[in-house]
Amino acid sequence: MSETSTTGGAWSFHGYELVVGLEVHVELATRTKLFSASPNRFGDEPNTNIDPVTLGLPGALPVLNRQAVELAMRLGLALNCTVQRSTFARKNYFYPDMPKAYQISQYDEPICIDGWLDLPDGFRVGIERAHLEEDTGKSTHKGGAGGRIHGSDYSLIDFNRAGVPLVEIVSRPDIRTPEQAKAYVSELRAILVAVGASDAKMEEGSMRVDANVSVRLPGAELGTRCEIKNVNSVRSVGRAIEYEAQRQVGMLEAGEKIRQETRHWDENDGRTHTLRSKEDADDYRYFQEPDLVVVDPDVEWIERVRSALPVLPAARRTRLAAATGQPVDGEAVLVVTERGQDSYVLEVAAVGGDAGRALVHVKEAFADQGDRPRVPASDLAALTRLEIDGALTATQAKQVLAEIVGNGGGDARAIAAAKGFEAMDTSELEAMVDAAIAAAPEAWAKFCAGEGKAMGALVGAVMKASKGQADGKAVTALLNARRP
Amino acid sequence: MADSMESPTPTTATDIAWNVRNNLVKATDVIDRHLAAIHDRDGEINAFNTVTADVARARAAEIDEGVAVGRDMGPLAGVPIALKDNMCTRGIPTTCSSKILDGWKPPYDATIVTRLHEAGAILIGKTNLDEFAMGSSTENSAFGPTRNPRDTSRVPGGSSGGSAAAVAAGFAPLALGSDTGGSIRQPAALCGVVGVKPTYGAVSRYGLVAFASSLDQIGPFATTVADAALVLEVISGYDPMDSTSIKPAVGDGTLDLTRQLEWGVAGLRVGRIADLPTGASPDVAERLEQAFDALRAAGAEIVDVQVPAYGYGLTAYYLIAPAEASSNLARYDGVRFGMRVDAADTNAMYMATRTAGFGDEVKRRIMLGTYALSAGYYDAYYGRALKVRRLIADDFAAAYEHVDVLLTPTSPTVAFPIGDKTADPMSMYLCDTYTIPSNLSGEPAMSVPFGTGEAGLPVGVQVLAPALKEDVMFRVAAELERAAASLVQGLEPA
Amino acid sequence: MRSAGSLAGVSDPSGTRISTEAVAKVAKLARLSLDADELRRATDQLSDVLDHFADIDALDLDGVEPMTHPTPISNVMREDVELECLDRDEVLAAAPAAESGRFLVPPIIGLDD
Repeated sequence: MSETSTTGGAWSFHGYELVVGLEVHVELATRTKLFSASPNRFGDEPNTNIDPVTLGLPGALPVLNRQAVELAMRLGLALNCTVQRSTFARKNYFYPDMPKAYQISQYDEPICIDGWLDLPDGFRVGIERAHLEEDTGKSTHKGGAGGRIHGSDYSLIDFNRAGVPLVEIVSRPDIRTPEQAKAYVSELRAILVAVGASDAKMEEGSMRVDANVSVRLPGAELGTRCEIKNVNSVRSVGRAIEYEAQRQVGMLEAGEKIRQETRHWDENDGRTHTLRSKEDADDYRYFQEPDLVVVDPDVEWIERVRSALPVLPAARRTRLAAATGQPVDGEAVLVVTERGQDSYVLEVAAVGGDAGRALVHVKEAFADQGDRPRVPASDLAALTRLEIDGALTATQAKQVLAEIVGNGGGDARAIAAAKGFEAMDTSELEAMVDAAIAAAPEAWAKFCAGEGKAMGALVGAVMKASKGQADGKAVTALLNARRP
Repeated sequence: MADSMESPTPTTATDIAWNVRNNLVKATDVIDRHLAAIHDRDGEINAFNTVTADVARARAAEIDEGVAVGRDMGPLAGVPIALKDNMCTRGIPTTCSSKILDGWKPPYDATIVTRLHEAGAILIGKTNLDEFAMGSSTENSAFGPTRNPRDTSRVPGGSSGGSAAAVAAGFAPLALGSDTGGSIRQPAALCGVVGVKPTYGAVSRYGLVAFASSLDQIGPFATTVADAALVLEVISGYDPMDSTSIKPAVGDGTLDLTRQLEWGVAGLRVGRIADLPTGASPDVAERLEQAFDALRAAGAEIVDVQVPAYGYGLTAYYLIAPAEASSNLARYDGVRFGMRVDAADTNAMYMATRTAGFGDEVKRRIMLGTYALSAGYYDAYYGRALKVRRLIADDFAAAYEHVDVLLTPTSPTVAFPIGDKTADPMSMYLCDTYTIPSNLSGEPAMSVPFGTGEAGLPVGVQVLAPALKEDVMFRVAAELERAAASLVQGLEPA
Repeated sequence: MRSAGSLAGVSDPSGTRISTEAVAKVAKLARLSLDADELRRATDQLSDVLDHFADIDALDLDGVEPMTHPTPISNVMREDVELECLDRDEVLAAAPAAESGRFLVPPIIGLDD
């Protein structure tokens, strides 16, 4: 397949446009399961977190976990949803990892509806609904061709994950490019972590993305969509959608029809494969779960949850961008906010540091420090002040910072002094500049004639003479001042 | 009753508990006497799937030791009780009279089992039922039919036929059953004992193997109204393990019944449903009239009311209950517990296991319920049935504006011969005409023995009441019990 | 809740309330296998039952709120507190088949039809 054209961010392939809606399942960070009191914990010995409800034993009855409801409300409100009266239904189907042969899920009355999520570049994706449901157990396939379901000799089931609370967040089909899909997943992940609803680890399966992908000619009705499953990283989200969209365009151009089906993304061959056709749609026989009652949060509860929401990533990015003078969707703002270090940068500024320099240092040197860096904000503030005052060059500052980070803090001035990074006095620097001009008259002539390239040789000579301690900006200024 | 309390062989639960608690009778003797009765006659009756003789004797010894050292061993101290075999008992087989659960021992106790234990009651065995409580005769059991102790050629009713027969035969003074469409009240009527379906949510369903979750309710069988009240006070009350359990604003939801039994019915308004579906046989209809007369004589006012949707209950029930059952019984898939028939792949294993494990009636209802919920039919069947259910509840509410209780027959006929209705499912379903509506509305109802009908077999009268008005219902039942004693001939233990 | 779908097309050419094809489809959904005789008998019995259920066809139920629960209670929730789990060995001992701490099932195929 040939390349797609991506002009000005829009996706287009042979004149077709892309339409994507995402269904994201996240495991909620509760202590116990959605309907029973065994632990919601990843990585335990198989079948140790089980109880009569989890196993669907005869006579067992579900009782709803209040914290799961609260976390669902929290993330719904963070996604600008309306929290409403909701009910649970049974989705009936047989599968060995589904203990009761039905999944308890919110069907026609979900707890959260009609919200939106703004991507960092300002593009708004509508949220149709976010509803509570229970997770399934896990199957391991034995024998046959290496753990694949087809050709296996038998399967083993672990029910530790069965009954773990999930929220399924369903976007509207507003996404138009693979990049937007990736940005949506990243942003959703940031929100989930920020509100404490989930650890949202795609690699551990606590956040799982299904993509509904279709293509159409601009202005045409929505095309037949395929649902792509098994997309396990943000990068795969982009790759899988790109592949699938091109596949569909290829079929349409060959005069074939798209069949509505569920497809499996294979990370190894970079393709999607038919999992099952939707033409023989399952008949899930949904009906209201008689063992559970209506969940109808009152205004007081909703407002209590809303008012306890932390500042969300988008607002934090806006705040950080404003403080540092950097673009709101620039890499430094995105990365530092995602790491949760934005408030640290603001704290550095608050104690007299330079926010812009602090942002650069935190982005470059604090990758492994988490949202509460060990370095006292006042130490980083002092360092940025030395830079701004011209007492330290960028290169020197980097070396001082490395030592501060390594020691978990330190006095920038003292470290700089110990390294011999005294700010050169002007006369000393002027002498070096004059010496450099004298040593390279050709370069000087070219520089005077307006050849910018020539400046590099002159600055380089000064840097060499100063053993790298000269401030590049000051050298440039002196050279310009001497130009006739 | 008071003068019978100190008799050497107390028979009612009230008398047994009084004598045991006062150290006049040993619980071990009570148990032995009942085990002997079971040994003598249950081979013929087949009321029990499991007799828990060893567990019962051990518990009886504990009760006796407790009493001997002056401890309060509870309101049911030393009283043997039989449980329908669809209530989970830890380590004791719980089969639902189905091959698919044969040999299954639950790893946990139902809430009512814990409550009974704490109240001093002694589990004596698990009783036979129509498989998964689906039936009205206890003929649909993987372990053979239960016979009516009053005439062993006849059915005991169902689905809690084993519990009804156990009490009628004197195997236990108390038993619990579950009532989804009449499964306590109808066998109580046919066996000549008291049977109560409490308000939905008054007794925890945790550990009751579900048939139809929005209709199932556990309740007691007893030989007297007072005994039924005593055990219902023990098993009722809020349970955090059952989301549909009723949590009252005040107290713990335990029903207050025994204090009021002697209050009489003077001033109560008793409703006669003028548009009640026809079909009751003449002997049953005559007893019902005598019941109205007795209550009038005792000072109640008889008021005619209309409950127009009553007759639609059967249809609504036989769509809703199978629909819920089709989902509730999907878990019997041979993966985690119970029976498995092996096959080449999991889907084939499901088919083989379920086909071999379920009986015909269970399969029929699973298919009916699957159909009622399936795409294209949901609105026409299940959806409409839910609306009819609302009409019935509304009609009852309107009637209770005018009356305190309603009186109807429990069963259209007395006990019928074994095999009489097995070939025709619909004729069996019609047994539930009078009992179903209170399951749909969730309101309490009970059957009280009231004389005999055809072939000298017992007739039951049904008292219906609004939600959580069990106290009034029991007052009326107690009055009927007093009146029945003076009727033609009272019923001796069968 | 859901109306359009797979069984709706299976009508009843014989004039009975339910066709053998519909019964066969329902049996498959419920994971029950019926031989030809059983299928015929089940069809007859279900048709008979559904005939009796026609009594509610005449009722005007427009605007009637479906009743899914007998008691109108809401917001029943438990606190997020762990309780003791079941013993794995006891549970697996009662399972039809198990291996290395897990429940064992035959190959999982044929489930997507």
